[in-house]
Amino acid sequence: MSLVNYLVLSGILFSIGSIAVLTRRNAIIAFMGVELMLNAANLTLVTFGRLHGDLHGQVIAFFVMVVAAAEVVIGLAIIVSIFRTRGSASIDDANLLKS
Amino acid sequence: MDTLNLAWLLVAIPLVSSAVLLLLGRGSDAWGHWLGVLASAASAVLAIVILVQLLGLGADDRTANVHLFDWIPAGDLTVSAGLLVDPLSVTFAILITFVGTLIHIYAVAYMSHDVDRRRFFAYLNLFIAAMLVLVLADSYALLFLGWEGVGLASYLLIGFWNQNTEYAVAAKKAFVMNRVGDMGMLVAMMAMFATFGAVDFDTVFGAADGAGEGAMTLIGLMLVLAACGKSAQFPLQAWLGDAMAGPTPVSALIHAATMVTAGVYLIVRSGPIFEQTPTAQLVAAIVGAVTLLFGAIVGCAKDDIKKVLAASTMSQIGYMMLAAGLGPIGYAFAIFHLITHGFFKAGMFLGAGSVMHGMGDEVNMRGFGNLSRYMKVTWITFMAGWLAIIGIPPFSGFWSKDKIIESAFVGEGWQPWVFGTVALVGAGITAFYMSRLFFMTFHGKARWNDGKNDLPGPERTPHESPALMTVPMIVLAIGAIGLGGLLTIGDSFVTWLEPVTGHVEHHEPVLPIPVIMVTTIVLVLLGAGLAWRQYAASAVPVAPPTGSVLTRAARADLYQDAVNEGVFMRPGQHLTRTLVYTDTAVVDGAVNGLGSGTLGWGERLRRLQNGFVRSYAAVMLIGVIGALVVVLASRV
Repeated sequence: MSLVNYLVLSGILFSIGSIAVLTRRNAIIAFMGVELMLNAANLTLVTFGRLHGDLHGQVIAFFVMVVAAAEVVIGLAIIVSIFRTRGSASIDDANLLKS
Repeated sequence: MDTLNLAWLLVAIPLVSSAVLLLLGRGSDAWGHWLGVLASAASAVLAIVILVQLLGLGADDRTANVHLFDWIPAGDLTVSAGLLVDPLSVTFAILITFVGTLIHIYAVAYMSHDVDRRRFFAYLNLFIAAMLVLVLADSYALLFLGWEGVGLASYLLIGFWNQNTEYAVAAKKAFVMNRVGDMGMLVAMMAMFATFGAVDFDTVFGAADGAGEGAMTLIGLMLVLAACGKSAQFPLQAWLGDAMAGPTPVSALIHAATMVTAGVYLIVRSGPIFEQTPTAQLVAAIVGAVTLLFGAIVGCAKDDIKKVLAASTMSQIGYMMLAAGLGPIGYAFAIFHLITHGFFKAGMFLGAGSVMHGMGDEVNMRGFGNLSRYMKVTWITFMAGWLAIIGIPPFSGFWSKDKIIESAFVGEGWQPWVFGTVALVGAGITAFYMSRLFFMTFHGKARWNDGKNDLPGPERTPHESPALMTVPMIVLAIGAIGLGGLLTIGDSFVTWLEPVTGHVEHHEPVLPIPVIMVTTIVLVLLGAGLAWRQYAASAVPVAPPTGSVLTRAARADLYQDAVNEGVFMRPGQHLTRTLVYTDTAVVDGAVNGLGSGTLGWGERLRRLQNGFVRSYAAVMLIGVIGALVVVLASRV
């Protein structure tokens, strides 16, 4: 099976993720979109690591996962805190810096 | 001890008095006017002491330079302030302080009802001090200080009753027209600096005959311009008539006897410069001749007693300018006429003030008539001034004016004929309008409401003025009667001025002297007779008749104001308006446009920062894609 298919899948996942980020108002969903994009990037890294036969790509994928885990924790914490103070999880309502 | 070194006190006394009166304010209201009189009188006494001392010296020693201090020390350039005491400046000092003191005394009574009398005396003292600086200065720079000082005092005094807008405007007009002349003075001084590197009389006059005629002509013409502004000569004469807005003592002192003669002083003092430039001399003579006729014609038509006197002042100074423009033969006579004129014209102004005082400040001569019955002293003193100005022998004016007419007939080519004829005709017209003034005021039928006749206007009770006013008039009248003859005896005045004006051989006029003299007297009698027939023997209409074209033009000052407005004021206004428009539209427009442009762009850019996270994300995505496309495209 060609490795190119993985790259195509990665592109599809990234697109879905970015569309989710751009179109959904709910912060949780948008956050999930971000995770999807990260994982698409991971898939690309692993695929290229396999393609070139070295471990660099896979190592970096691990790093990304660690960072993503940390980011999920902080991101969710922020979302929960915003929801508690403003009673909404919509990212369009979080515009305090503008006004 | 040498009193010449005390000459600075002449200036200092009135100056200090003026400062005291202005600084103390209302606190000195009670005695301020007497301090003013005292300061002026002290200067007069000192001037007489200096005169006596000069008379005791030999003719060649009668010049003293009194160094005061280094005024502007700047590297190689040093302008020192010093006084020049010589026959010419002392003559002026006497005239200024003596006539000035008389007018101060007169003003004590004349201004007694004015709440601001103290301020008036402060200004008068300031004027005396500035005028003395003008005539005693030993350099053009210091002279200019006095020149501006008298301009300031004149402005303050014309606008003394500045609660009346018209008077304030008259003051401003005088000030602005004087500035035009001052520009001439400044240019002349700059030219002197460029040519001689100095502006003191000694250096300039010493080097004058070595300098080029071009520079001399420029300096001479600019000095004539300066003289025109200060002495109300054509074409800068329009301010003098309006200057009559000031209180009458001011008109007598500043706008008749002293300040307006400063231009004549300037030209006589600058004699060595004018020696080198016949062009400027000729211009001065022409200016004098034109103004002489101009003032005389205007004087014939005016009904305001002070404006007639103002026009006559203009005309008489025209005589002096003419004489000064004739060169050394005329200098002494110009100053001679200036002195006699100072006496008789100041006397007549004071007489006019006395008439106004008795007639409830009325100035229209058509509302006077037959006042000789009610104001004997004013009438007699005014008569002395009248006979003096029209030049009836043996009154003062005859001696001085006749000399000028004779000098005007001296020369070659067309000039003596033109100038001489103008001077002759001027004498005739002078006799007409001054007699007109005299008869309309003091003779004929009374044209004012005395409560019993049914003439219009408020009721008048003409009465003689108090002694404080009549005594100065009497003194000036004595001067008007005797001074001219006294100074003519043995040519004493001309000889006295010789250290300054230089000795001049007698020149024969183109006409024999007796012919000139007889013609003058015939013309004068003719003019006076005509005035008698029209304004004393026959009734004078109370309402001014329409008159001929010339009369109407003369009433409007020969349209000088209209010309000034049309030629200078309106284009000036348009210029300023254009400049204002350019300023707001172009300069301000550029600055404001820059500001509002930045604001507009900022407004547009602000919309990008809409606060929606998703749109930021979209921009980032588009940016990343764009960057990728560029990178990939450049790879391929």
